[in-house]
Amino acid sequence: MSSILLGAAALGLIWSITTLGVFMTYRVLDIADLTVEGSIVFGAVTAAVAIQAGIHPVWATLLAFLAGMTAGLGTAFLHIAMKIPSLLAGILSMIALYSINIRVMGGSSNVSLLRLSTVFSGLTEKMPKNTAVILVGGLVVILVVGLLYWFLGTEIGSALRATGFNAQMARAQGINTRLMTLMGYVLANGLVGLSGGLLSQYMGFADVQMGTGSIVIALASLIVGEVIFARKGGLLLSLFSMVLGSVVYRFIIAMVFEAGMPASDLKLFTAITVALALWLPHVKTKWSGRRKNNATTEGRCESVE
Amino acid sequence: MRKVILAILILSLVLAGVACSKNDKPVIGIVQIAEHVALDQSYEGFCKALEDNQMLDKVELDFHNAQGDMNNLSTIADRFVSKKVDMILAIATDSAQAVAGKTKDIPILGTAITSYTVAGLVDSDEAPGGNVTGTSDMNPVSAQVALIQDLVPTVGVIGLIYNSGEDNSVLQIRMAKEAIEALGLTWQEVTVTNTNDVTQAVQSIVTKCDALYIPTDNTLAAAMAQVYSVTLESKTPTVCGADTMVYDGGLATMGISYYDLGYQTGLMALKVLAGESTATMPIEYASSSDLVTINGQVAEEIGFVVPENYVDSVIYPEA
Repeated sequence: MSSILLGAAALGLIWSITTLGVFMTYRVLDIADLTVEGSIVFGAVTAAVAIQAGIHPVWATLLAFLAGMTAGLGTAFLHIAMKIPSLLAGILSMIALYSINIRVMGGSSNVSLLRLSTVFSGLTEKMPKNTAVILVGGLVVILVVGLLYWFLGTEIGSALRATGFNAQMARAQGINTRLMTLMGYVLANGLVGLSGGLLSQYMGFADVQMGTGSIVIALASLIVGEVIFARKGGLLLSLFSMVLGSVVYRFIIAMVFEAGMPASDLKLFTAITVALALWLPHVKTKWSGRRKNNATTEGRCESVE
Repeated sequence: MRKVILAILILSLVLAGVACSKNDKPVIGIVQIAEHVALDQSYEGFCKALEDNQMLDKVELDFHNAQGDMNNLSTIADRFVSKKVDMILAIATDSAQAVAGKTKDIPILGTAITSYTVAGLVDSDEAPGGNVTGTSDMNPVSAQVALIQDLVPTVGVIGLIYNSGEDNSVLQIRMAKEAIEALGLTWQEVTVTNTNDVTQAVQSIVTKCDALYIPTDNTLAAAMAQVYSVTLESKTPTVCGADTMVYDGGLATMGISYYDLGYQTGLMALKVLAGESTATMPIEYASSSDLVTINGQVAEEIGFVVPENYVDSVIYPEA
């Protein structure tokens, strides 16, 4: 019982780094970047192969981050230098990475980490695996959120946000928007790669198919986080709402499994539960809105997407 | 913030309520990566073995399908560990890796897994040495290639089609290429990444080969209808890795039946439930692997004349 909640929390924390990456492109830069489906696997595969080659898991995890960054660089090149629309650039990177991932794994599609030590190994000797993953994952997430918060507050970070808000205006202010977009791509996919690197170590294997549907999961987590947690408030709250959204999304799936639905109805019930979770706050606003004035209701409705 | 705490509380209560409804029967947790005929049949065969030994009523089966999403495997594995199930049946490689990563104590039986050692699940096939053992679906690739030459003596080029993203398929294709070259024939290959690519891939390969060979590939197993419709036009004989693929439109196979393999796994499960240790139970291979199956309907449609000595192997799936 507690193990399934802990497992959901552990998986959610690891996934939240992907959600933060998607937040960077989708919310900050206002670009729908589909590279994610490939870069998460690229990170996972890089970390797994590195660990198999005898590299220390911590370095392997950092390599996953670098791998994700190169994937982002690839997409940025397609989009910025070759002028390919962002959606297609992401798709191209994603399919290219499929082949690259298999190549990195030396022609096979699955690398096992079951008998090797991972970043979680030191702690798993002292406590249950999920607790260890929550501790390590939590630490990494706090670090990532802290650094992102700091970075987005610097002059470069502000320029990056300005680029996403209004590129024309940003250019008028003398901001190099192409460089900012490139930086956003690289940083976002670096985070996604890092998330993949932790994911393969948590699951005990990396598989070329493990990224399937990841953009959908990340977007769902992002929106769940925004709708439930960050209706008002600043950047820090937005970042943490991504983390909470990812964890809640995993809780929802765990709940659907626990409810004992027929196996093939899983996706339908996941969709219904997520839809309900998104709808509930809206209903609540409507009820309380009747008692308050109308302006507040409208304002709040707009923040629900 | 109050809303968040409330939501988590409600969630916990719901989960607690479900978790309390446990009874005294031994529980077998079953996890399957995705839905397709071969994997479904493994499960059915497993259940049949329990039923034949009057065990089906004496155990509780907790069946879950990850719907192709590997993150779900992790959540399902957590569920089994938290429920403290007595045994786990993992159908397909990723399922087994996911549960093996979560528990070193609960006995795990695998099926529809080609190589346990490559997947990092066991020390060796003979002495697994841990909590994982099971049945392998390694099919007799070289015998299947020989069957192509037996059925189509004039064959020169054999076409190979598979998903390069499936470890098991890559391994089998490597074996198939060796077998083809050993027979003095040549091969042409084409790969797919998902079921959307299959029609085009088959269309391109049939123009370059005299016969087609498909390994036990999950993607192609799910897309046999597409293979069938293209090979029907080109009149290309198709030899597949598994009999389920022949039922779905392939011409012939010599190989394992996933139902029988599941059944065999079920018999292993009985031993585990009786207390035998998985560490010393060797990986088992299909016991009925010289089984030839020819789809009579497909043979007629592509104008293939079944050789005299294979007439007994002809089946008509529709009838």
